[in-house]
Amino acid sequence: MSRKLLLEHINVPGINTLEVYRQKGGYRAVEKALKTLTPEEIVEEVKKSGLRGRGGAGFPTGMKWSFLAKPEGVARYLVCNADESEPGTFKDRYLMTHIPHALIEGMIVSSFALGAKVSYIYVRGEMMPQIRILEKAIAEAKAAGWLGKNILGTGYDLELYVQPGGGAYICGEETALLESLEGKRGNPRIKPPFPAIAGLYGCPTVVNNVESIAAVVPIINDGGDEYAKIGIGRSTGTKLISASGNLVKPGVYEIELGLPVEEFIYSDEYCGGIANGKRLKATVAGGSSVPVLPANLTLKYANGEPRLMSYESLSEGGFATGTMMGSGGFIAFDEDQCMVRNTWNFSRFYHHESCGQCSPCREGTGWMEKVLHKIEHGHGTMSDVDLLWDIQRKIEGNTICPLGDAAAWPVASAIRHFRDEFEWHIKEPVKSQSQNYGIANYAVPIEKAPVTEDK
Amino acid sequence: MLKVEEQTPVQLSSELLAKFDEVKSRYPEGKEKSALLPLLHLVQAEFLWVPTSAMDQVAAYLNIQPIEVYEVATFYTMYFLKPQGKYALEVCRTGPCCLVGAEKILDHLEAKLGVKEGEVTADGLFSFRGVECLAACGFGPVLQISPEYTFYENLTTDSVDQLIEDLKNK
Repeated sequence: MSRKLLLEHINVPGINTLEVYRQKGGYRAVEKALKTLTPEEIVEEVKKSGLRGRGGAGFPTGMKWSFLAKPEGVARYLVCNADESEPGTFKDRYLMTHIPHALIEGMIVSSFALGAKVSYIYVRGEMMPQIRILEKAIAEAKAAGWLGKNILGTGYDLELYVQPGGGAYICGEETALLESLEGKRGNPRIKPPFPAIAGLYGCPTVVNNVESIAAVVPIINDGGDEYAKIGIGRSTGTKLISASGNLVKPGVYEIELGLPVEEFIYSDEYCGGIANGKRLKATVAGGSSVPVLPANLTLKYANGEPRLMSYESLSEGGFATGTMMGSGGFIAFDEDQCMVRNTWNFSRFYHHESCGQCSPCREGTGWMEKVLHKIEHGHGTMSDVDLLWDIQRKIEGNTICPLGDAAAWPVASAIRHFRDEFEWHIKEPVKSQSQNYGIANYAVPIEKAPVTEDK
Repeated sequence: MLKVEEQTPVQLSSELLAKFDEVKSRYPEGKEKSALLPLLHLVQAEFLWVPTSAMDQVAAYLNIQPIEVYEVATFYTMYFLKPQGKYALEVCRTGPCCLVGAEKILDHLEAKLGVKEGEVTADGLFSFRGVECLAACGFGPVLQISPEYTFYENLTTDSVDQLIEDLKNK
């Protein structure tokens, strides 16, 4: 069994209550931080831990904290990003539902480290049940003196509020989230200035993902050095992976970074293999935005070495043969799934969620959706595949926020690895309406796969 | 006034305004506009949609222009700008849920309820629509029912039939 830091007590009855959470050692980190550490020492521990942002970007959390500007007499804010909307990702919902106090404890320690007197947890609006759970947990913590004025007699004051979103994927982007928290449309801001200088209400602000903030608790309890011993290389600690799609046991798993992908998919401790005895065709390893990989490249690098669940290993080979860790939303496709249909589905998602601020994204996402719809429904032409490639290239890198890239990458990678399936849809417009392309060579081990000559 | 639907003006109750006061107190002085999204949720929980006259009263309450409320209400997908069924069913239709049969659930709802996506059944009880990822991909297909946003996971056509019956008899 691998080590669990966040989900260790997930099955303890009543762990969602303050009482049971305390019995299991909860709020020790708050006592230790507020009574024995200075804010600078906490930031130092988080830096030592090597913790990287768990929301998707993977930026070192300690470094992000150290960028926070501290002008005299200006309020500073910590905002927790609980706008979990990346298709394939549902770990934050799981954590907040079952162990809400882990997030609240992390928020108190982190707010103290950053000097925030008021902090917000921005939860996506659809998660009303989780908002109710968090509000109840905050009320419990406040009644017990963990929040409010003069916490533990240390003179530190903190108010913690839950803010509901309104249903917009784009608000997971930190500057869009801040706009939304200010009561506006979720249009991302141009950076710089970064939120660390001018964030919420123009004040210095740190925005962190739910899982990153919860991970601060074990880091403070055991020390940054201990945390850094878990994992592999620069991918330290444990990570929550949301597993979905055609798996025997989909769900949320806490893994030590560095676990082989093959073990994660097939071992009974994790996903238990592909459902209904079918074969694996492809995976999206880190949420819908990251490149899709065929089965063979999912399990091994192009050179045949096994691929691991870590930031570095998943991106090994660049976009040519690798993908990204992203938010840890692991989606598995079995042999009956259609890559064209799925790419169309994802494109529709990005078109729906584009805020409309930048022309390449606003126009490009809709254009890609239409072309993919056409191919999927048997009306495509060969030039459509090249057109898709052209559109995605013109979106990537040309927008204010990463939604443009996120919309481009699934299309680019689907064409890169599954071009023959797109072409089959075009050559066989009738057949492709009633049957799927199947698994083709996607599962053949790399060393045996036929070599395609470059033109 | 934003013309989205023929409507008779509504009046916000004093109980609702008391809830508004509590929400407004969460933000620093001068930054009360931050309350806008939560207030619109409160309005929707009361009326099951967001009538324009309510938006105008929210604008007056926060001391902002009505357009500032309209632009937010039309940007975010959760706010209904026209009346829905008493139970508004929202089914996730994004990739991971489709891998496990979300499209079948949508087709089944359309046949079962006898209305198209976005329409309300004659008895006023139900409406449904497909929505984008609800962050429950491992438990798909899923649907949620506003205004409580209770989740129903691992749906089958049978469990959807059962759910509809239960709601009818509620």
